[in-house]
Parts: sequence; structure tokens; C-alpha cells
Amino acid sequence: MPDTQDILMSEPPISRGFRRRQQPTDVSARVPPGQHLTRDFPVLSAGPTPDTKLSEWTFALEDGASPLAEWTWEQFNALPQTEVKVDIHCVTTWSKLDTNWRGVTIDTLLEAAGLSEAPQDFAMIHCDGDYTTNVPVEDLVEGKAMVATHYEGRPLAPEHGGPARLLVPHLYFWKSAKWARSLQFIAQDEPGFWEQLGYHMYGDPWTEQRYAGD
Amino acid sequence: MPATEVARKDVSPRRLQWLTATVNDVIDETPRTRTLVLDVPEWPGHRAGQHVDVRLTGDDGYQAQRSYSIASAPEDTRLMLTVERIEDGEVSPYLAGDVQAGDQFELRGPIGGYFVWTAALGGPLFLVAGGSGVVPLMAMLRHRAVARSNAQTVLLYSSRTQEDIIYRAQLDELAATGDGLKVVHTLTREKPAGWTGGTRRIDRAMLSEFGFPLSTKPHMFICGPTPLVESAARALSALGHEPARIKTERFGPTGG
Repeated sequence: MPDTQDILMSEPPISRGFRRRQQPTDVSARVPPGQHLTRDFPVLSAGPTPDTKLSEWTFALEDGASPLAEWTWEQFNALPQTEVKVDIHCVTTWSKLDTNWRGVTIDTLLEAAGLSEAPQDFAMIHCDGDYTTNVPVEDLVEGKAMVATHYEGRPLAPEHGGPARLLVPHLYFWKSAKWARSLQFIAQDEPGFWEQLGYHMYGDPWTEQRYAGD
Repeated sequence: MPATEVARKDVSPRRLQWLTATVNDVIDETPRTRTLVLDVPEWPGHRAGQHVDVRLTGDDGYQAQRSYSIASAPEDTRLMLTVERIEDGEVSPYLAGDVQAGDQFELRGPIGGYFVWTAALGGPLFLVAGGSGVVPLMAMLRHRAVARSNAQTVLLYSSRTQEDIIYRAQLDELAATGDGLKVVHTLTREKPAGWTGGTRRIDRAMLSEFGFPLSTKPHMFICGPTPLVESAARALSALGHEPARIKTERFGPTGG
């Protein structure tokens, strides 16, 4: 959260001779503080890209330790699909505008599991490679998030999280966990993988919640 | 998991403060890379493999922010960053071009606690680098030397040409001490006369030849451009190494 420390801090030192090279554009208002635009789609992950066969892939919803629903790849793709065009923001300071995704919203998953609403207030996303990340449920529902299987009209490439990744575009992109395999609802917020390593529990790009304490 | 993680949840974390860094010295490593030797009086210390966020402020108040790996060992008296110049970038041409001793900018960190090696972890240690991806691995090698670790270590390092090899003389010196470090170079864009290293991209055969046997449970760190990291991580995984022991850091072309 932006706090009084920012206000109390003295003026930053001027870096002699440093000047803007990228001209401001009409999309500047869509770029959060401390971010810059990239045309590439850089890849960042902590370990090897998992090699999960689609025949073995499943996606599960869980309430704590209790299973709620599980879909095979075929079943998952038969669920109602949603397409979105969104801006994404990585904590390593790049942003990318107007990215197109297709997948199944969390609302659709809840409905398909026969639930009128999420059973808890928080969620932990579990992925191949033991990666986890935590997101409050209110940031996942009402069309705010999906489990995406397609990027720019094509099946999501493995290095970008395929076959399926979470997409929560309004939070820093590490929350959009690659290789997602289950969404576990939990009563209390708990830190996931990067959150245990000093990254922010929530990760709002507009208030620069990059690291713990921001 | 360790009790410290439970404890951390109950303690309100301290914010990583922006600190003023003053350039003490600049060292040209290669035609495209430069090391900045920095005085950061309030630096809290780091572990080898971590990085910092750098923030530049122009005289009109314009700011730009990027992440850079730390090149120095935790034990070094000054913090060092090695920056590769990306010609159409905004921050790296300044840091690896215009900056002179005495100039100032801000940084905060250390950041990242996963891509980290400490001497206490021991070996064997297999480091795989492409281009400026060698930077955080150099911090590990410097730490290893200062800590007098004799962990069996191999650095497999891919560069485009000989003149693109960062830290070449220092790597030669470290490897010459005979403390269990071996440095293997490979070049992807030239085959100089008399060159004894590799002359192709890092591949599965090379990883198998220079890496450690599965039974020795090596710690593996790969850093470089995405295609190199993807293929090396997959190859090590395919050779049977446990994915959790293969730690990666990728340098995307993020417009530096």
C-alpha cells in the first residue's frame, strides 16, 4: 500500500543525463506506475516447464481438503468459453496491452460445480511443478478471472503456462499462475510460492504492491 | 515447512526502501556490458543470485524502473551490477553507457529468494549461463570463492563470440585455484582459431557431458535468454534430474 513513507521520503536523486527515450503515448494512462510497455511476451518461471499430457490433465475445485469438482481436458473444453481482451502487468516492470485470451471463467466453474457462490473467502491456486499463489475470491469472481487455455487465438504455449493458466489480469502477472491444476478455497489468506519469498500478498499494480510491505 | 514462514505471516513486513546508490566505478566488461560498482550505505545485504530494482529519475522528474541481477558476492564491500546494453532500451543504454563515477540513482532490494545459492547448501553445483545470464551465477562463484567452499562446481557458459564473454579473466582466475571449479565455454557465432571450448549452443549432450550424475543430487541454476533456459531446463529434467532442483531465471527481451 502506498503509505506515509513515500511522502516523508526526501526527493529522489537526479540521475545526471538520464532522460525519457520512450515518448508518452495516448495509452500512458493504461500503464501502471513503474511499468513500461513491451511488444514481446517475456517468459518468467522458477523452474522447468512441466510436460503434462492432456490425457492426464485435470482441473479440480476444492473446498479445503474436500473435492468439489474435477474436469478432464475434454470436459473442461466443453464448458462455456469466454474471450477477453486485457492489459497485463508483470512485477518485473513490463506491461503488455490488449492481449486476447480464451478460457473458462471462475464463475462458470463454480456454476458447473453446482455452487451458487464460492464456499470460502480466499483461494490458493495449485500448479504443476508445485507452484502456488493466493488470491482473494472476490478478485476471481464476477468475470475478473478465468482459467485460460488460449492466447491470441491459439492453444496456450507450454512456456506461457499451457495447457491452462489462471488469468487475473488486474493483479501483477505472477498471480496468473501457469500450469494451473486446481483451485482450492480456503478460509484464511495464506502466502503462495512467491508470496513466501518476499512478494506482496495481493499485488495491485496500480499501487505498486510488488514486495511484502509495499 | 520451517517455522520462520509461519512466523513471517504474523509480522507486518518491512517495506523495501528505495536507497540512493552512488557510482564508485564503472568497468567495461565487453563491448555491450558494463559493471557498475556502487556505494549504497544503507544496503541491507543479499544472497548470491538475488536481484535489485533500479529507478532512474531525470531532471524533469521522469522516472523509469528495471530489475538487474547482483554480480557481487554478499561478502564484497561494494554492491556490483552488470548491465547489458539493449540499444533501443531506455534504462540500459544509460546504465551501460552514459553513467560515470559520482552519478546517482535509486535501488531497492534484495529481491528474490528462490534463485539463490549459499555455500552452506554445498554441492555439486551446476551453473548454466547464456550471455548476461552469467551475472547472478558470477555472484554465486564469487561467494563460493570468498566462503572457501570447495563444492564441486561447473559453469557451462554460452556466449556469441569470444569478445562477448563477460568476466572471462576473472573466471579463468577462479578456475585456476584448483578448488573444484571448472568453467566450460561454448561459442555460438564464431569458431576462433585455437579455440578449445564448445562451438555450438548448449544442448542435451553438453549438459550430460559436463553436468553431474543424478545420484549426486546437484543444485542446478540456469540463467539466460528464454530459449536457452527452456531447452536446458527441459533437457536436465529429461536426463532425470528432479525438477525442483533445477532453478531458472530468464532474461526476456523486456525493452531494458
